[in-house]
This record gives sequence, structure tokens and C-alpha cells, in this order.
Amino acid sequence: MTTRTLISPAQLARPRGKVLYWVTFALVVVLFTLVFLGPLYWMVSGGLKTTQEVVQTPPTLVPGSLHAENYSRAWEVMDLARLLFNTLYYAFGALAFQLVLDVAAAYSLSRLRPVFGKAILGMMLATLMIPATVLVVPQYLTVLDVPVFERNLLNSPWAIWLPSVTNAFNIFLLKRFFDSIPKELLDAASMDGASPMRTLRSIVLPISRPILGVVSIFAVVGVWKDFLWPMLTLPDPGKQTLNVGIYSLSTGVPENILIAALTIASVPTLLIFLLFQRNIMSGLTAGGLKG
Amino acid sequence: MSAPTMTTDKVAEPRRSRHRGDVPRPRGGSFAKALRRNLTAHGFLIGAVLCFSFFSWYPMVREFLLAFQKTEGGRTTWAGWSNLTTVFNDPAFWQAWRNTALFTVLALVLGFAVPFLVAVVLNEFRHAQGYLRMLVYLPVMLPPVASVLLFKYLYDPGYGLFNEILGFFGLPAQQWLQDPDTSMLSVVIAATWMNMGGATLIYLAALQGIPGELYEAAELDGAGVLRKIWHVTVPQTRLILSLMLLMQIIATMQVFVEPFLLTGGAGPEGSTTTVVYLIYQYAFNFNNYGAAAALGLVLLVLLAGFSAVYVKLSRAEDE
Repeated sequence: MTTRTLISPAQLARPRGKVLYWVTFALVVVLFTLVFLGPLYWMVSGGLKTTQEVVQTPPTLVPGSLHAENYSRAWEVMDLARLLFNTLYYAFGALAFQLVLDVAAAYSLSRLRPVFGKAILGMMLATLMIPATVLVVPQYLTVLDVPVFERNLLNSPWAIWLPSVTNAFNIFLLKRFFDSIPKELLDAASMDGASPMRTLRSIVLPISRPILGVVSIFAVVGVWKDFLWPMLTLPDPGKQTLNVGIYSLSTGVPENILIAALTIASVPTLLIFLLFQRNIMSGLTAGGLKG
Repeated sequence: MSAPTMTTDKVAEPRRSRHRGDVPRPRGGSFAKALRRNLTAHGFLIGAVLCFSFFSWYPMVREFLLAFQKTEGGRTTWAGWSNLTTVFNDPAFWQAWRNTALFTVLALVLGFAVPFLVAVVLNEFRHAQGYLRMLVYLPVMLPPVASVLLFKYLYDPGYGLFNEILGFFGLPAQQWLQDPDTSMLSVVIAATWMNMGGATLIYLAALQGIPGELYEAAELDGAGVLRKIWHVTVPQTRLILSLMLLMQIIATMQVFVEPFLLTGGAGPEGSTTTVVYLIYQYAFNFNNYGAAAALGLVLLVLLAGFSAVYVKLSRAEDE
């Protein structure tokens, strides 16, 4: 099953090789667990400690007494229900916009081949070359006063949803996938008189489930993890996301409450990760580099 | 192909003609069809194109304009090169570039080398690979505010876990984020922990594509582990490595969120002020959009070179 790698199987089969293998393996497993899971354990258990216990030296490994009520207090004090709802609202709104508009655009560019299609795709991909941070200032000014419509999108979810559509990388991934769908399949549909919309719905989308899954996960996680843009465009505390809300409240609450809030904020994306691990990993390696 | 008569014909029906080419069609009908087809195609495109126009393409143009404009009391005037001179004469400018360069170098030493080494080691294991991969990627999924505040506690000079660990090994306690000498390194360590998962998985995928015979051949020549890494693993993954290196440089030179959240942006004695934080300050603390755009332009020019190389290399990989 496993392919040949750096160390030869013969070497591994020898007693010395076996011992060395298991020793390094055990060391790496312990080290990685400590390094990557340790801080998470510290966070979850820290949320159960009393304020004194969180800041005491040396720190305790196991909470002296369990204070699950920290979590409910964090929920109330930091208004996590609202922050959580806001973040979900922005994330799934952005997902809906990206799925509808980006899929339609990629389908058009890949299959309908409009006049200037190549130029439009080129201009979309060109945005990948501009460092994102350079555009934050003019984008912010655009949100303050959208040209033509003369609307101010500050504190409005549109300020998150609409710019999220300008994801050239997603369009590129989707287009490449659509390109790989056999031509005969689509030609047959159009000979049967199916409209482009119908072909998209009944043939292209069902085949494209894996790539749609990957794009969806990245869309939701992208909004969940964003900090600077929501901080700039949603200054109203009632409209903030988890990241911004917790950060702006972080200095005013006791440590244990704050740590409990961090745990709660981390749960949704960690759940997404544990549920869709396979898709995320394959998506990363499928499209991680091409740009 | 025949003489260039009406080009609309060719543009309109490049594919279908293969199936229906033998059916004679009146010219007017074909034009109407082409128009309809294009209208449909552009109908599918319009939403995304509008979003790009307003939130990507227009801001790109605006960035260039802003860099040469001044806005005072709601009136916009042409400012020529004055924004650029303002930026260049700001003492913070050079400090920000020094800090950003330091961050980039440290992030390359840690954030570029560590994931590769981790991937090389993980690739050798025949057990628990899924678990280890999941561990490395776990922090990538945390909201940044959680990882950052977590690290703030771990770095705390009073009760932080890191000093506790140093003490356990008999090493002196550090001030971490509060000391200008260690603040940037502390930010890089946190940033590496937060972000190394993606790179590690990409390297792992690349390593799995190396043909095993190459290692066998190297062994016949008597190569040890290190020589095999140097003469087989590295050359075989060279393209991915160079792409990731460029991507890392482009990403780290734009670093903002980590120092902003960990040290408030400037850090002790301005030791973590990065270029992008300076842009942020110009725009949102001093309301000087012109200077922010001018500095953005400097960054853009610098990174455009790296981007161009990146695109060239990734094209080469595609072929």
C-alpha cells in the first residue's frame, strides 16, 4: 500500500531500524500532541478555572474545581449569541453569494464562452497578483460610498457578502473543474434542447459536488477567520463578528471568562474541520498552489 | 480556415458547428442566435463581473488615483508626488520596512523550513499519519482572535506557560511580546503555529509524488538519509518549494493581523510596526488616505515582481 519513501523498508525491518522508528514515532506523536493540542487543552480547561487559578504560578494542569458556569457567564457577558449569529449570518450569506455568482460566472466562462470571456477571466485572475492589503483602503472608501448607486454599506452585511464574491481563486478552481467535464455530456443535453440553465442544474452541478464542497468550506471558514475587513466595515458593536467582538471586549472581562469565550468561538470551525476533514485536505492539495 | 468574411460566425458557433455544420442557416438567423447565446452567457457572468467591478477593479484604479491625490475637508485635489515624499520622509517608514524584512526572514526560517521538515518526517510514518496531519492543520481552523489571545496568555511574563517551560529547562524567563528584542520573534512563532498547517499538507502531497526508485538508486550509490534528502527529496520538490517560498514572501510582507492583535500593531518601541500596519495607521488613524495609498503602491511595486515570477513558475508547473 505505502509507497517507497526516504527510509528503505529493509532498513526499517532490521531490529535497529524498528527501534529507531518507534522511538522517533513516539517522540513526534507526543511532541505534536503537546504543541498543537496542548494550547487547546489549556484553553478548554482554563475556561473551567477560577480567575485566581488562571493567573496563578505555576499554572495547574487540571482545574482545582470545575466552574462550568464560566461558559454560561461568557455567553451572557460577551453577548456571544449575538456575535455567533452575526458571524453565521455573514458566513452563510457570503457562501450563498459565492455559490450562485461564482458558479454562474465559472460556468459561463468555461462552457458558454461569451465574447470577451478570456479578457474577463484574465482581469479576474489579475486581481490575484495585487496584494490584498493594498486594496483595503480603496475598497473601504468604495464601501463608504458605492459609485453609481451612491449607497453607504457601512454596518451592512452587503459589505461582507458582495466583496466575498470577488474570489478569483474560487472562480478559477470551479472553471477548471467545469472544463474537465466531458464535452459529449453537455452536447447531448443541448441537442435534447436543454437550456444552459437546465444543463447547469441537472448535469454540471451534480457532477461538481466535490469541488462545490471544497469551495463552500473555504467560503465559510474565510468569513469566520477574517478580522481586518469586518473590523473596518462593521464598527457597530451590535453587528460585529466573533473575532472583532471578542477582541474589542477582551480587556474588560476576567481572564477565565474570556478564555471560555475563546473556546466557544473556536467550536464551530473546529466542528466544520472534524466533519469535513477529508474534503478540506483534498481541496488544499488540489488547488493549494495553482494561482 | 477560409477567408475572413463575417467573423461573428466563427466567434458565435465555434463548437456547435461541428454537429450542425451541414445544416444551412440564413445569416440573419445565425446572428440573432449568436446574440442570444452571448446574452445568456453574459447574463450568467454579470453578477460576478459587477462585484469585481465595484470591489476589485475600481478599487485598483482608485488606489493609483488616491496615491496622487489629497483630500482635505471633502475636497479632492491633485497632489503629484507629495504623498510619496511624505511617506518616504516619515521615520516610521524605514523602521516599518526593517521590521517587515525581519518578520519575513524569521518567518522564512521558521514558517518555510519547519513545515517542510515536518512533512519529510511525517511522510516516513506508517502509523497515525491521519492523526498527525489533523493536528498540524488544527490551528489553521481556529478564529485568529482565539489563537492570538491564547498566545498572549502563553507569552505572559507573569503567569505564562512559556516562561514556566523555560524555567523547567533552567533557562531565564523572557519578556516575549513586551521586549523590543524578542517581540517580533514572538509574533513569528505564534504566526507559524497558526498557519503552518496548509504548507505542511501541500508538501506532504508533493512528497508522495516522488518515485521510490530514486531513493533506491541513491542508496545503491551509498547515500545516507541527509544526502538522500538533499539529492532526491529537495530536487524532486523544487518547483513546489520555490512556489511556496514566493507565496510565503508575498504573504509575510503583507503581515498585519498577527502583530496587530498580539502587540496592538506598533509593539514596544515600534518594534512590530509592519508596512501594512503603517498603511492602516495612515488611513484609519490619521485619515490620510493619500499617504496610505502611496505606501500601498510602494508595496505593490515591490511585490509585483515576486508575483510575476510566481505566475511564470506555476505556468511551468501546469505544463
